[in-house]
Amino acid sequence: MAKLNDVVIKIATVNGTGSASANGLIMKSLFRMGIPVVGKNYFPSNIQGLPTWYEIRVTGDDYQCRSDRVDVMVAMNAQTYARDLAEVIPGGWFIYDSTWPRNTQLGRDDITIIGIPLSRMCNEHFDGARARILMKNIAYVGALAAFLAIDIDTITELIEETFADKKHLIASNMEAIKLGFDYARKNFVCPLPSKVAAMDGTKGHIIIDGNTAAGLGCLYAGATVGAWYPITPSTSLMDAFRTFCAEYRVDPETGKRTYCIIQAEDELAAIGMVLGASWNGARSFTSTSGPGISLMSEFLGYAYYAEIPAVLFNVQRCGPSTGMPTRTQQSDIISCAYASHGDTKHVLLFPADPGECFTMAQTAFDLAERLQTPVMVLSDLDIGMNDWMVPEFEFDEKKIADRGKVLSAAELEQMESFHRYLDVDGDGIPYRSLPGVHPKGSYFTRGSGHTKYGAYTEESSEYQDVVDRLLLKWETARSIVPEPEIEFSKFNKAAILSFGSSHGACQEARDRLAAQNIALNYCRVKSFPFSASIKEFIQQHEVVYVVEQNRDAQFRALLMLDSDADPSKLISLLHYDGMPLNAGFVVRRVLEEIAKGQAA
Amino acid sequence: MSYISKPKIQHPNARRNKLGLTSRDYEGAVSTLCAGCGHDSVTAAIVQSVYELNIEPHMLAKMSGIGCSSKTPAYFASQSHGFNSVHGRMPSVTTGANAANRTLTYIGVSGDGDSLSIGAGQFVHAIRRNLNMCYIIENNGVYGLTKGQFSASADIGSKPKKGLPNQQEPIDPVSMALSLGATYIARSFSGDKEQLVPLIQGALMHKGFALVDVISPCVTFNDHEGSTKSYAHTRKHYHNVVNADFIAPAEEIKTAYDEGSAMSVELHGGSKIVLRKVDKDYDPSSRASSFKYLRDRFNAGEIITGLLYIDEARNEMHDLMGNVDMPLSQLPLETLNPGNKELKKILSGYR
Repeated sequence: MAKLNDVVIKIATVNGTGSASANGLIMKSLFRMGIPVVGKNYFPSNIQGLPTWYEIRVTGDDYQCRSDRVDVMVAMNAQTYARDLAEVIPGGWFIYDSTWPRNTQLGRDDITIIGIPLSRMCNEHFDGARARILMKNIAYVGALAAFLAIDIDTITELIEETFADKKHLIASNMEAIKLGFDYARKNFVCPLPSKVAAMDGTKGHIIIDGNTAAGLGCLYAGATVGAWYPITPSTSLMDAFRTFCAEYRVDPETGKRTYCIIQAEDELAAIGMVLGASWNGARSFTSTSGPGISLMSEFLGYAYYAEIPAVLFNVQRCGPSTGMPTRTQQSDIISCAYASHGDTKHVLLFPADPGECFTMAQTAFDLAERLQTPVMVLSDLDIGMNDWMVPEFEFDEKKIADRGKVLSAAELEQMESFHRYLDVDGDGIPYRSLPGVHPKGSYFTRGSGHTKYGAYTEESSEYQDVVDRLLLKWETARSIVPEPEIEFSKFNKAAILSFGSSHGACQEARDRLAAQNIALNYCRVKSFPFSASIKEFIQQHEVVYVVEQNRDAQFRALLMLDSDADPSKLISLLHYDGMPLNAGFVVRRVLEEIAKGQAA
Repeated sequence: MSYISKPKIQHPNARRNKLGLTSRDYEGAVSTLCAGCGHDSVTAAIVQSVYELNIEPHMLAKMSGIGCSSKTPAYFASQSHGFNSVHGRMPSVTTGANAANRTLTYIGVSGDGDSLSIGAGQFVHAIRRNLNMCYIIENNGVYGLTKGQFSASADIGSKPKKGLPNQQEPIDPVSMALSLGATYIARSFSGDKEQLVPLIQGALMHKGFALVDVISPCVTFNDHEGSTKSYAHTRKHYHNVVNADFIAPAEEIKTAYDEGSAMSVELHGGSKIVLRKVDKDYDPSSRASSFKYLRDRFNAGEIITGLLYIDEARNEMHDLMGNVDMPLSQLPLETLNPGNKELKKILSGYR
């Protein structure tokens, strides 16, 4: 007997055929039935014609990651029949468009093959090539509704909301739903054993992608200048910011904008603009991906040394080089932590889901202005572009944003003299003045050697004075960046350490391992530099499984560099095929290590 | 950039501008450039320009990249903020700075290496956005700090101190700016302060991208015989086609101009620039004819100077975008977030 609300549906289509809205319809219908869902989009770096997949995991247990199995495959792309067929678990279902009979070689006797003549039915009922293609997608939604027992009223409600402004489309969409639904009901036993049923598991939640959440976070953080160069998978972040600004940042009286978004000529210019705007006192940011960080590196070193705030969102994708632009990875850890030449290091934040993209956008601006340095939010394609079910965001109106040590005109007026790089408070953070405020605040910003008073120097001791003070500032950063999430029991000798989008899979893996009597402690790191509690956590265990989505164990290296962690304790679990992490991988790797003799 | 601090002794009877400041107040640190460097004359012209324009020092932002020219913002307006950025990237930093605060006056100092090689892309796009700034190129045809390599503005046949003459086409910033749609384009010579000062003043008051390409000889690496960027060569071949007189707001035009050859253009803030055409055929309001004229004279070996093109009508970056007049950096954060109630409303669309 299959478990209720525990099914994975994968839909194989051709990109550019409008299947995204059909897939979104399934996701949202399930969500509105109160059932937790996980949606993952596997799409090509292409506009039209290549294979694409959408995977929906119905997870009554509320896990936040993709599954490692497929129960129901909706195979709408003949090009990929063979591999789609192979992916279904024994006992699963393979639904395909039987308008064109399947090659008889494409068979399996351990699964159920279900043919529905979707194209033929849509060709008979709809006019025009485009409508027929679009409706075919909606028709498979109808069929899935029958097979999985998705509530038709919920689907109807969503279609009515979607087409509130184009009412004539409601009837045709509903007709397509009915075509698929009725055909399934008439010809097959419905629902399948792997079915869904309404529950109360999504209250207070929303479905949102991380890039939209980060764009919204920037709106709420008061960002006014966004400079960027289009790059997958970060583009939708600035697009979201633009959409929110168009709604909330237009002066109602004059119709003029209180924001400035500049599409730069390249990433070098994008970060230059961010630095110019931040230097002038605006909250300014850029969104980019790995190749963009490479191009920004010279300026990042400048900003570190000249102490200019900046916020960057790096929505990571598969490297090296152009890599796989539409696949996910956590492989810019080292390149971001130490971006640029010379002794340079940067504050990093690791959001685990869209909820943290929203909150960490605000944290990033506060930290950047407090520390007068670039802060990079390391999201990834999985978080940034996939739809996640997360608790609804809250904005604390009472919390006052931290603008850091910026001197006002009145403060400057009273000062005998102002020195930009003097550590007055002993925390390594000097005072800043903004152009246009007061003549006494003027100073010369430079990336060349400077004294603590801001003057040019080539004197060894004067130079060293400043770089040593920057190290003191780094220690201040360590004490104020977000603390890790730790789950600790003194009875456990081993632990998992993860960050970012690996979180959900690690939590599910811990549950699965616990069911086999392997209890592991847990530390989810949220920021770099690493706080003292991370160092302590590692010291408390015999072995720490470091889970990360890159080949070279970059995070492990960073733990050794910045936390002086004992390398013999840090066992890497590395997942870097470009697909989002799943719990099965973590479980398998931990069991392998235990079999080799590691502590559990 | 200097170790030596300049003694700030004000002559009690020194002339003062409307802000009560003397020209000394607009000076900076002692220059560390070579004695006789053209750039120091440009610095002096900038000092005079901003002093006479009564610009409040803290409302002036000095921007630069890397190179000899880019060091010079340290040598003027010590009471102004300076941003000596990375090589070739001054335009992007200025774009961002201007995006955040449009009320400052931006003066960017660059060189031919900084603007025409490593920074060519940024130079081009700042023009395209019609960024409101005065962009000075101190153009000497060589890389000075790295000891005398040709730059992209070196003319064909120009001889280096050592080695073979340049054979590659020079990049001319004026032609480039004309083709890209810059709205104020001038060329001058560091040795002609009388011409240079009003051109810089007009550039500072122009609303939009103002280019001032200044032939500014490098005495150490490119001032020898056979160089086309030397003092001697520039003096010999330089032709002023459009003189410009800068007239401050509320100041009367005192000069009697010839009918037909003078053209008065009103600049932002009420000042005027009067163009006196030396060559009556030259039309500084037509990009096409200016371009042809410049190319023809260039082919004849002449260095054409003056205010070569002006268009006061085109909107600058902020106005093209429809941005508020107030500096974005001065908008209080609490007015910029829509609040928790509105957040609930936004998020209701994500269910």
